[in-house]
Amino acid sequence: MKWGWLLLALTNVLFASGAAEVSGKSEVNMSAIVMFLVFVAGTLGITYWAAKRTKTAKDFYTAGGGITGFQNGLAIAGDYMSAASFLGISGLVYSKGFDGLIYSIGFLVGWPIILFLIAEQLRNLGKYTFSDVASYRLKQTPIRTLAAFGSLATVALYLIAQMVGAGQLIQILFGLDYAYAVVMVGILMILYVTFGGMLATTWVQIIKAGLLLSGATFMAVMIMYKMDFSVETLFSQAVAVKKSAAIMSPGGLVSDPISAISLGIALMLGTAGLPHILMRFFTVSDAKEARKSVFYATGFIGYFYVLTFIIGFGAIVLLTGHPQYFDAVKNTLIGGGNMAAIHSAHAIGGDLFLGFISAVAFATILAVVSGLTLAGASAVSHDLYANVFARGRVDEMTEMRVSKYSTIALGIVAIFLGIAFEKQNIAFMVGLAFAIAASANFPILILSMFWKKLTTKGAVYGGGLGLFTAIVLVILSKAVWVDVLGNKTAIYAYGNPALFSVAIAFIGIWIISIMDNSEDAVNERAAYDHQFIRSQTGIGAEGASSH
Amino acid sequence: MSQNVYDRVRANPKFTELVQKRSSFAWKLTIIMLVVYYAFILVIAFSPATFGQTIGSGVTTVGIPVGFGIIILSFILTGVYIQRANGEFDELNNQIKEEARSEK
Repeated sequence: MKWGWLLLALTNVLFASGAAEVSGKSEVNMSAIVMFLVFVAGTLGITYWAAKRTKTAKDFYTAGGGITGFQNGLAIAGDYMSAASFLGISGLVYSKGFDGLIYSIGFLVGWPIILFLIAEQLRNLGKYTFSDVASYRLKQTPIRTLAAFGSLATVALYLIAQMVGAGQLIQILFGLDYAYAVVMVGILMILYVTFGGMLATTWVQIIKAGLLLSGATFMAVMIMYKMDFSVETLFSQAVAVKKSAAIMSPGGLVSDPISAISLGIALMLGTAGLPHILMRFFTVSDAKEARKSVFYATGFIGYFYVLTFIIGFGAIVLLTGHPQYFDAVKNTLIGGGNMAAIHSAHAIGGDLFLGFISAVAFATILAVVSGLTLAGASAVSHDLYANVFARGRVDEMTEMRVSKYSTIALGIVAIFLGIAFEKQNIAFMVGLAFAIAASANFPILILSMFWKKLTTKGAVYGGGLGLFTAIVLVILSKAVWVDVLGNKTAIYAYGNPALFSVAIAFIGIWIISIMDNSEDAVNERAAYDHQFIRSQTGIGAEGASSH
Repeated sequence: MSQNVYDRVRANPKFTELVQKRSSFAWKLTIIMLVVYYAFILVIAFSPATFGQTIGSGVTTVGIPVGFGIIILSFILTGVYIQRANGEFDELNNQIKEEARSEK
């Protein structure tokens, strides 16, 4: 009953604002609204189904460990193909051409590394969060506290990017006010996660990944059809309308070597430190399925980036010279550079297809924010509450209740941050989240798995230093120091902090660990053998599927 | 899981074999990926014009097939790894687990 009521309320909000639109600012796309409502109704139905199956903490955090490798691969791809990826990267390709590909490749190459080095160890050692792995033989309290803050910082930045994307998108497509749109996304994600836990989140991801891949495939095929299936024709027409071949070469986006290398490190290692992605490895039954997940995910994600590249170039050809897609005063795309894919959908398939792609883009945001919120809530309930605050002496039901409260709290925070960061570039935001994941989460995780001499002190101070450096450099960089705080020039001259912050984290962890000869350090090193055998063989790993 | 099981695994030569084979394979693939990716990034950083050269008389530049090649390579490498890990390595791992359990 609750769901029906909510749907009705949602419909009212959309249609009421729709009615106002007719006399007002922008036209309302009915097909977008209908398709979006179908998606919302369907996913709420799934949430209802999942809620009945979510009884234990294991169900809530990891869907009972019963997701298959293929399903998880699709869900990982769903988590990863965010609105920032779809709209941000196709927008980046639209405005900068080749440079968009640099981002795509950076986002992708982290995946093989995750497979080769951490996927199975992660599955064999962890239970619900990656902090389980990092704190396996180290001290629970300090490691989990740091890992939880690393997770929350990453989740917060990523969430902001998604919320801003959602707000802008809905504002344009449904004519709904930015703030209302952000509030609506926040409420829906709270519902999915609080009631349906990981099971609902996973299925929302899978459905959305399927929709997004089919929609983007259709767009790319239609673009290539218009170009007689020749990439050369596509590129030459794009160059012709741009009246410049600059889009075909690496250009302004990564203007200096330090920024280029730094971005490369952030994208590659950051992927391996994203809490919502790492958490997905605990939803499968064993190491074999964990490996398969990455294989499928890499395939889907790689394919998706090929599509966004075609769509970005297609947008140059399709949109340039068509004034209906441009803001006459500012001479930019209506809604900003991130709307290139959306406007192209209209140019390709009219209002109906625009409606479909808009609904898919919105569904994408909903799915990704749900995954993020679940990861953030787990960091609060499983790491901070159950293991740090209550020292592991807490029953499952209480822990689950705390995670649901955390979900609601995070949802509300996300709504406020979404409103506060309305005018920021969303692709850039995600880059910053990656820098923190690469500088704090990744070094601790990988060294805890592979380096026997790592000690709690080394991990906490070194990892903390990495986190601190990443945050400070981000604040001092142009994105915050100039664009947000309004100063004239940036103190940190490069676009991305990762080169320095990752190096500082690793060096810090190394030096402090080897200098640590305390009794604890000796015990922690002695425990490595045990951990190593479990990580390699899976012996003693958290019992597989509960079904 | 009793300490004995861990001791038996540790003492099993197959465990050493598994760890050696799997980590050397994993690190080899990792190094291939890192070298290819950072070579790509370094070319962009220090010699962007290399990727900016056009192929033949068209507008398509060298950087485009290189970029797409890296995407395809990533997928192929993951396939190569799981082929061996889910077959040969898991087989060995199952033997190790079996032997650790049966020698009670």
